[in-house]
Amino acid sequence: MAAQPQKQPHRSGGSDDADQADQSQLKANPQATQRAEELDSLLDEIDTVLETNAEEFVKGFVQKGGE
Amino acid sequence: MDRRVYGVETEFGITHRPTAGRGLPPDELARYLFRPVVDFGRSSNIFIPNGARLYLDVGSHPEYATAECADLIDLIAQDRAGEAIMHDLAVEAERRIAADGFTGQIWVLKNNVDSAGNSYGSHENYLIPRTTHFRRLSGILLPFLVTRQILVGAGRVVPSDDQRPAHYAFSQRADHMWEGISSATTRSRPIINTRDEPHADAAAHRRLHVIVGDSNMSTTTSLLRYGSTDLVLRMIEAGVPIGDFELENPIGAIRHISHDITARAEVRIRGGETMTAVQIQRGLFERAQRFVREHGAHHDHVETVLELWERTLTAVETGEHALIDRDIDWAIKKRLVEDVANARGLGYDHPRLEQLDMAYHDVNPERGLFHLLVRRGRATDILSAEHVRQAMMTPPRTRAAVRGEFLSTARAFGAEATVDWVHHKLVDRPLEAVMVKDPFAPEDARVEALLDKLGDRRTQLREVSAEERRRSGVCPALTDRYVLVSGGTTEDPPVI
Repeated sequence: MAAQPQKQPHRSGGSDDADQADQSQLKANPQATQRAEELDSLLDEIDTVLETNAEEFVKGFVQKGGE
Repeated sequence: MDRRVYGVETEFGITHRPTAGRGLPPDELARYLFRPVVDFGRSSNIFIPNGARLYLDVGSHPEYATAECADLIDLIAQDRAGEAIMHDLAVEAERRIAADGFTGQIWVLKNNVDSAGNSYGSHENYLIPRTTHFRRLSGILLPFLVTRQILVGAGRVVPSDDQRPAHYAFSQRADHMWEGISSATTRSRPIINTRDEPHADAAAHRRLHVIVGDSNMSTTTSLLRYGSTDLVLRMIEAGVPIGDFELENPIGAIRHISHDITARAEVRIRGGETMTAVQIQRGLFERAQRFVREHGAHHDHVETVLELWERTLTAVETGEHALIDRDIDWAIKKRLVEDVANARGLGYDHPRLEQLDMAYHDVNPERGLFHLLVRRGRATDILSAEHVRQAMMTPPRTRAAVRGEFLSTARAFGAEATVDWVHHKLVDRPLEAVMVKDPFAPEDARVEALLDKLGDRRTQLREVSAEERRRSGVCPALTDRYVLVSGGTTEDPPVI
């Protein structure tokens, strides 16, 4: 359903990242693991909807200009 | 103007991907797509019951022009309804081509470039007072529009050429603008088109026609696009001082800005000074903010528009694109492209990334990548699906409501009628045609009187429920709002 535009950055930058990097040397960061899993699942879903031969798809889309 | 009429015209790209070999050429594919349109309106260029216009443009591009809207959310819902209509038409066309022995999927893309560098547009219309000084308007609006792409560009994976390696750019359309201001659209593509067809009282209004914009998938980005442009127009109309950002070479500037995603590109202001797009936008934003503080917010979304505008400028300036990568099309798409490129070890020249760029604009709600990202929480959406479904069938409360009522009533009585943005004519009563020049007017007594001549609407017509309309046809937008229940005096049965 409809979500409002975010008011705050949803991923932290700068010093937080550095902290996380430090921690990850000691143990795997659960947030990072979750993000990696989400990304894998996204990439898998994209692979199911897109044609395997990207070049053929791209080259096949040619249509004289409009306006 | 406190209230303004807005409209947007979207040209879609189409492609057919059979399981093997070459797809149908665009003209044949467009004919398949528009078969239900012709069945409904006996033409491939028609106004539909929600007040919008559907037609095939030059190059067989299906085009959808929203009805007149006086509210930004209505405008965005009407535009989104156009995408939903195109999807319904694609589903039906796939069924028909399969029945004719062809295989494969149909793609309708709400983007602005094909793989050969052809371009097609997303044209915005804003009603402005006739008294607006055009020289002042263009002096302020051109630099705003040239730099607006850093806020609301749709983003583009640009393949390599003689001059540049493959890279990511802010805008789809920037490379296809050839002039600042002109009256032509196909011969010479200008940022602002001066064709003066107000579709309203020409003594009071003019219609500003802006053809530089990218087609947006994100409704949040759309709100910023139309909302910020309206605020700049308000300041121009109010005559407040806005500073001098006039560019020495608008066309050079628009391309230069588009191709530097770090936004450090400098452009020359008339008089010699150089500025970045962020500096120009920041200058305009701060004035808009002050203007709203002094004059008050003129609609409910002003605060959201200003918040998005400022946050996007900060994101572009600092390079912290994560601040906006769920709200702003170019940043949503860039995050997707980068994630795929990094995970799969692909360079910007890999066709997969160009394919992702195109598939982001796929109107298919299951297959389209923008829609997929919304489902996964990687993109925001300010509209509900129900809002869009309603906009497919119901006109906004402007003159579009007059047009919708006129069309729907005439169809129910089986009376042949023709309309355009202004005119309402029953073919059998040509001398009684009614011009409605006020685009804000949601009803018109003359049109009502003309319709009363067709019969007793209260007793003879039944309004079809939204649910019935959804179930009754290929596309709810191409269904009738009324059915004749008794005492019809018509020879032709209504076309359903």
